[in-house]
Amino acid sequence: MTVPPMIAIEGLSKTYPSGFTALNNVSLTIERGEIFALLGPNGAGKTTLISIVCGLARASAGRVTIAGHDIVSDYRAARSLVGLVPQELTTDAFETVFATTSFSRGLFGKPPNPAHIEKVLRDLSLWDKKDSRIMTLSGGMKRRVLIAKALSHEPEVLFLDEPTAGVDVELRHDMWRVVRTLADSGVTVILTTHYLEEAEEMADRIGVINRGELILVQEKSALMKRFGSKLLTIELGAPLAAVPKSLAAYGLALAADGSELVYTYEAEAAGNAIATLLGDVAAAGLTLKDLRTEESSLEDIFVSLVRGSP
Amino acid sequence: MNIHAIIAIYRFEMARTRRTLLQSIVSPVLSTSLYFVVFGSAIGPHMNEIAGVSYGAFLVPGLIMLGLLTQSISNASFGIYFPRFVGTIYELLSAPVSAMETVIAYVGAAATKSTMLAVITLATAALFVDLRIDHPFWMVTFLLLTAITFSLLGFIIGIWADNFEKLQLVPLLIVTPLTFLGGSFYSIDMLPPFWRTVTLFNPVVYLVSGFRWSFYGHSDVAIGISLAMTVVFMLICLAIVAWIFKTGYRLKR
Repeated sequence: MTVPPMIAIEGLSKTYPSGFTALNNVSLTIERGEIFALLGPNGAGKTTLISIVCGLARASAGRVTIAGHDIVSDYRAARSLVGLVPQELTTDAFETVFATTSFSRGLFGKPPNPAHIEKVLRDLSLWDKKDSRIMTLSGGMKRRVLIAKALSHEPEVLFLDEPTAGVDVELRHDMWRVVRTLADSGVTVILTTHYLEEAEEMADRIGVINRGELILVQEKSALMKRFGSKLLTIELGAPLAAVPKSLAAYGLALAADGSELVYTYEAEAAGNAIATLLGDVAAAGLTLKDLRTEESSLEDIFVSLVRGSP
Repeated sequence: MNIHAIIAIYRFEMARTRRTLLQSIVSPVLSTSLYFVVFGSAIGPHMNEIAGVSYGAFLVPGLIMLGLLTQSISNASFGIYFPRFVGTIYELLSAPVSAMETVIAYVGAAATKSTMLAVITLATAALFVDLRIDHPFWMVTFLLLTAITFSLLGFIIGIWADNFEKLQLVPLLIVTPLTFLGGSFYSIDMLPPFWRTVTLFNPVVYLVSGFRWSFYGHSDVAIGISLAMTVVFMLICLAIVAWIFKTGYRLKR
């Protein structure tokens, strides 16, 4: 028997009564244990997509299943597998950390389990705050509380909507560690983020959404390979006034007052171009002092994708 | 059925009551005492007995009903409105909880709180007047039916309201006037025939009349009609709640 994917989205659309189409025929499959990052500019439809999958909004068309359970007709089974960390810091200000986390566990149909709540709070460095009222916590701590609530019922899939928005660098790295640990334990993680560094750091696969349409879904490494251009910088022994004519075919650029030659190439199509270039540089009588390469970041790829989409 | 969710929501709501315990108890005790000082001690001696009951004792069911209606509505409306206001409703909407379980938990907690306050009011009243309860079973039945019905109404108001002003609008402008004009402080038999007929369109009349009958065996309208009207009102509220969850009105985008 085939194991159904963790999330299967087919032809999902959402049009608001105002006529605004937030999602347009989105289809996506996410496998168990994946870390999937959904990237897109503000208003692209990321939160709408998560809201529909988690039951906060209704789809205008299409179907979603979670581990084979339809989110509408079999919502109990589907939702009991899901933990959601919303984008906004929405907490019960007057409740204690322990009480609100235990409440979430009960809400998702699980019997009380103080030992599990303790583990979750310890993993998120919240245990010493367990009796503190949420209103007394910092923004970063509140974000951890939201994650603790989402993990309280031992979900198999975790949605993180902008999990590190407004969180300092140290805490962000802490959260990445927690997410990796979760993924290692078999939890499927779907995160939306504005921090491309976050997706680059964590995701197995990346989806790019823009104006309600999923314009690309690809393994992160393949994406970087497919769209990534590389820069080779050749530091010269003596500065040049102009690029020698014998090297004109490479489209080299001069930098650092003529003491560097910069070669831009597609990582996938480079072949033995670099070896040939270096041979031609030596043949032109130039002295190589040093070499370095740089890859384009996910941010560069993202910007080029979004600008290029309809 | 997601029993754990019902218990979690119920406990969560009751925890709010515990946090404001002093206010929850002192407020009804103080207001009941004031009513008895003003209406019972100051005005009461100048009033004739009504259906063989002193005016002070006659007031008790009406006062309990007044508190029960207002507290049921305010507890239930605040209970569901506050998570909507602060955004924590996302958790309820994303949880494997059915509409019926949600209603049982929120309405159950609100009805529990208002019933507790009714009992406190009754105990306070017993300090001022001689009470008797001829039909204790029916007294409890009317008390619970009313608490549940008006907690349902409060739940509906809490979902309908999109600001704090609207949350107060129905209780202040509709429920309180209907309660005061619904025979809480007088028998509708004391009204001229025209106004008596008009008053019969007020649903609170049936609640107060039935409840008072359970105390003293005297009612303004037949007890069967009171009971039927209470049940009908409850069914109407249930139908509206079912529609809200079916359509996602003010809950889902």
